[in-house]
This record gives sequence, C-alpha cells and structure tokens, in this order.
Amino acid sequence: MALQLQNPILKWIEYRLPVFSTIDHMVGSGYPTPKNLNYLWNFGSLAGIVLVVQIVTGIVLAMHYTPHTSLAFDSVEHIMRDVNYGWLMRYLHANGASMFFVVVYIHIFRGLYYGSYKTPRELLWFIGIIILLAMMATAFMGYVLPWGQMSFWGATVITNLFSAFPFIGDPIVTWLWGGFAVDNPTLNRFFSLHFLLPFVIVGLVMLHLLALHQHGSNNPLGVEKKGPQDTIPFHPYYTVKDLFGLGVFLIFFAYWVFFNPNYLGHPDNYIPANPLVTPAHIVPEWYFLPFYAILRAVPDKLGGVLLMFGAILILFLLPWLDTSRVKSSRFRPIYKQFYWVFVLACIGLLWAGGQPPEGLPLYLSRVCTVYYFAHFLVVMPLVGWFERPRPLPASISEPVLGGGKLPAGAAARGTH
Amino acid sequence: MRALQALSLVLGVALAAPALTVPALAATEAPKPPSLSWSFDGVFGTFDRAAAQRGFQVYKEVCSACHSMNLVAYRNLRDLGFNEAEVKAIAASVEVTDKLPNDQGEMFQRPGLPSDKFKAPFANEKAAAAANSGKAPPDLSLMAKARPHGPDYIHGLMIGYEEPPADVKLTAGQSYNKYFPGHIIAMAPPLAEDAVSYTDGTKATVDQMASDVAHFLMWAAEPKMEERKRIGFQAILFLIVATGVFYAVKRKVWADLH
Repeated sequence: MALQLQNPILKWIEYRLPVFSTIDHMVGSGYPTPKNLNYLWNFGSLAGIVLVVQIVTGIVLAMHYTPHTSLAFDSVEHIMRDVNYGWLMRYLHANGASMFFVVVYIHIFRGLYYGSYKTPRELLWFIGIIILLAMMATAFMGYVLPWGQMSFWGATVITNLFSAFPFIGDPIVTWLWGGFAVDNPTLNRFFSLHFLLPFVIVGLVMLHLLALHQHGSNNPLGVEKKGPQDTIPFHPYYTVKDLFGLGVFLIFFAYWVFFNPNYLGHPDNYIPANPLVTPAHIVPEWYFLPFYAILRAVPDKLGGVLLMFGAILILFLLPWLDTSRVKSSRFRPIYKQFYWVFVLACIGLLWAGGQPPEGLPLYLSRVCTVYYFAHFLVVMPLVGWFERPRPLPASISEPVLGGGKLPAGAAARGTH
Repeated sequence: MRALQALSLVLGVALAAPALTVPALAATEAPKPPSLSWSFDGVFGTFDRAAAQRGFQVYKEVCSACHSMNLVAYRNLRDLGFNEAEVKAIAASVEVTDKLPNDQGEMFQRPGLPSDKFKAPFANEKAAAAANSGKAPPDLSLMAKARPHGPDYIHGLMIGYEEPPADVKLTAGQSYNKYFPGHIIAMAPPLAEDAVSYTDGTKATVDQMASDVAHFLMWAAEPKMEERKRIGFQAILFLIVATGVFYAVKRKVWADLH
C-alpha cells in the first residue's frame, strides 16, 4: 500500500526522492510483520541502536584521543579526567562494545533456534556473519587504542596468529604491523581502521535490512506468512514493542556504565603498554573468549588458528548442513535438546577461554570444541534426516487466534 | 508465558556471560586481600574527604619519595576539600622546571602552580630504576584500578609484610609480602607506626595509614566516581519510569490484538 502524505512539503520531497515511503517500508506501517514475534526479535533493532551509540560516542572520543604510542595512554586519561563528560563517553563506548556483543550473540542464537538461516534467508544470514566478523575486527582494534598492557599484548598475540601460516605467515604479520614489532605504525593503522569499519558495518546493516525485507522476518513458528491475517504493520506494533525492549536494555547498559564500568575490562589495561614486561595471563575481552578457547584447545598452532576461524566460517554452511524441512526448533523435539547442549558448549568455551590453558579448563575446552563442530557437521545433518518433527500449524494465525481476527489497523494496512 | 520464557533466556545469557568470565580474569597467585568496607562502595558511595586527605598526607610524606602520580594535578585536590589557598600552598611547596624556556632560551625553575601535575620524584624512568635497585617504582595515579581488588589490594600490600618462609631466600633489597603476586617484592615495608602525624589527630597505625592511602589512590584513579554515580542514579530512575510508560503504551497498542 502506498504511503499517504498530507503535508505538501513532504509530498514535494517524496515525489522527487522517495525517502518517506522507503522508511515506511523499512520500519513503518508499510512493513507487514508476522504477528507472533516474541521478545527475542527485539535484538536486531537493539543491535542497530547500539551501533549508533558506538559511532556517536566514538566520534566524540576521536576528537580528544591521540593515536601515538607515547601519547595514547595519557590522552585516554585526559578524556577520563579533563574532558567534560569524557568519562561518560569512554565508559559508554567501552561497555557499549560489550553490550553490542551481548545483543548480537542473543540475536544469532535466536536465529539458530528458529532456523532463521534457512531458505529463503540464506543471504540475510551470510550478511549477518560478515557483520559479526567486521564487529570482531573493529572491537579488537578498538581495544588496542588505549595502549595499555592488555592492548599491546593482545595485539601482539592476535596478529602473531597469522604467522602460523606457512611461507606467507611472517610477511603477513610484518605487513599488518607496518614494521617488525607492534609499534606506532600498528597503533596508527588500527585507529584509522577502527574509525572506518563501523561505517562499513552501517553499509552491511543496510544490506542486511534489504535482504530482510525481501521475505520479511522469520517467526517463532517458522511458518511463512500466508496472507494479511498473519501479519500486523511494523508500526505501531513493533516500534512500540522495540521501544519497551530498548528501555529494559538501556537499564541493563546503564548499570554497567555507571556502577560497574571496569568490571568487563581488565585491570592490566590501566598499566601503560610495556614491550619488555609480559602480563601473567594474556586474555582477550570476554566476547572473544570462546574462540580463544578453541584456539588453545588445539595443540598445533596452525590447527588452532584454522579451527578458530573455522568456528565462524562454518556458519556459512548452515543452510545446507541443516537438512530438516522444519525451521523452528519448537517443532523439533530431538534437535531442540541438541540446541541446548550447543549453548552449554559455548558457555563452557567462554569459561575455559578465561582460564590458564591447563587441567580442567583445557580438557573442557577440548570437549566443547569437539561438540561445537560436531553439532554443525554431524548432529545437524543427521537429526534433520531422522527426526520426526511435530505437526506444523497451517498458518501463523491458526495457533495464535484460532482463525484470524484482525486488528482494525492491520486489516487496512497489512498488505501493500 | 512465552514472553517470559524468552525473557528469562535473554537474562540468563546476558548475566551468565560476564559473571562466568570475570572471576577467571581476576585470578592471581597471591591470596585475596581482606575485603574492607569502603565509603565509596555501592550505588550512593562517596569518597570520605577526611580519609582521602589523610591518605594524601601519607602519599606526600612517604610514598612520593619514590612513586610518581603523573596524571593528577594539584588543582584536583580541590575535590578532596582543600580550599584554593591550601592548594596553592601545596603546589608552591615544590620547585618545578617550567615546560617552556624563558626569553633567554633557558629552562628555568619556578614554584609549582595548581595547574601543575604532581612533581615526580625522579627525572625519568631510568633515574627511578637506578635509584631503586634496578626496578622503577610504578606510577600510582591508576594503581587502584590497575590491580585486581584495587583498594583492598593496596591496603593488603601495606599490611602484608611478614617474615619469609624458611624455603624462601631473599637477596638485598627484597622483602616478603603475602599479598604481592609472587610474594617477593622490591619495596621495603613503607609504613611504620606513626610514620606520619595526622593533622586531624587520628592515630597513625599502619592499618589506618594503609586504608587512608588506598582511599586517596581510589579517588586519584577514579576522580569522577561521585559524578558518575549521581548521574547514573538519575539516568536509571528516568529509564525505569520511561520503560514503565513504554510498557503501558505497548499494552494499549497491542490490546486490540489479544
């Protein structure tokens, strides 16, 4: 349905540049959305909002930060002590990174549970994985910028991973560093790329939305919408639901920023970088710990690196590894149980990644790594084949309302 | 019901993730220092001005002989309740080399100003190391955030000196401290009973001085903490009300669907 504009100025603009109908189609009343989305569907819009928070606070921080090895640490402290509300900008930005990963991880696990990667949303899923990779690169480089001990040694350890590749490894590392050690050229380029990548992510998010709107959101039943009786307009129903979710999320976010701002960081990063002193335990930020655990679970360096990258790249194969014709785990009694085992394995990796790689943590990280890959490569194809799914509802509105009573606004605006 | 399940899943993941990892990150070989009850703990926590001023006195008269605090300026002491005249007097008690040369092109000495950062005891890190058996004493500006357990650790370190076990041999300049990671520390016990005489008449026991200096260093590491908690309380209060309104609106908008 076409957007009805009353204001002559807006009409004048719309006739020449269709911004209003585009917005309406994206997040307005012109976007028919499954009526049964639960609160797990809030996390997509939350991720978009956190991205904006990160960009706004990041631009303010960049106005006061100095990307030089001899000045970076003190410039961050200058922000904390002398810049008006600089402490607020920095704590929002540092904790915002953690919040971004909390939100995006929940968003991904929601997609896994409800089969959102399955046809026809494979490319939507792929773009999401690329966004995750870009986020990880951005977060890693951002953590280097304060030039504390963990910044420096984290950068050293992670860039050195590339040296595991035969022949090309060492030249790649030298190229990444811009020299023969992590030093000023490294810090400078990380700052430059840390500033650039978020805007690349914005572009990817737009592609993500474009792909999303091609077939619309998946839903907890995993049954595609069949007509206007299955949908409600995004606005006002999901705008207001997202707004409520945003409020709850901001309370959670504010707790960390105002009352526990350094809990998710590491004390060693308040010690200026010193290439001559190695910290006792070099650990990345919490959101990298599962992958760090996989890296260290493998006794061979190259094998560990390949498996660590493979842990994310394998997500690209999901649409084909999952052989079930049913999307939502709600109707998959066997797979549902494996799903929760997979969640446990990820939590196990998260825990093991923060421990020294010996004894129980090392053992646990190996068990969980094996399950992580087995879940995708063995469990998914086999369970999809042998499992007998529970009967699917005929449509979205059938189990929800037992027929399909329509809200007043939805009947008129459900299609376009 | 379904919404509840979804919410509990979300909260479970969100809370479990950080809670599971951080104790691991904070692990050290040394025993956990005693947990003190600090006035700056909690949602409404503030710095105890008297304790922080006493802690500053300990820093000035004891620690500053070896430890710099390069990130803190004399003007910042206004936050601790020193008035402008007192801050000027404290700053003027040291001679500093001005950052820029005079009109003759020569570097010159002048009395400190409130805008100066605390004067460091050594000209540079090499000089600090040379005067301290090869290891430069660390800067204390951020010490309360740069160690696990922050102020508890600083207090513990001050009171943690003891005789080494029989199997530990110390060389000259080394001491044994039960809360220092690895236990062998290059800093001699810095505090002794009545090492300072407090102007407010408080008895200067080692434990008292240790907690006072830890209090002062926590302020130095996080000088905006009070502003942060005040704004945070207002922000969260506002968010709770706003979220309640959003929920009511959500219920109203969705009412015709249910």
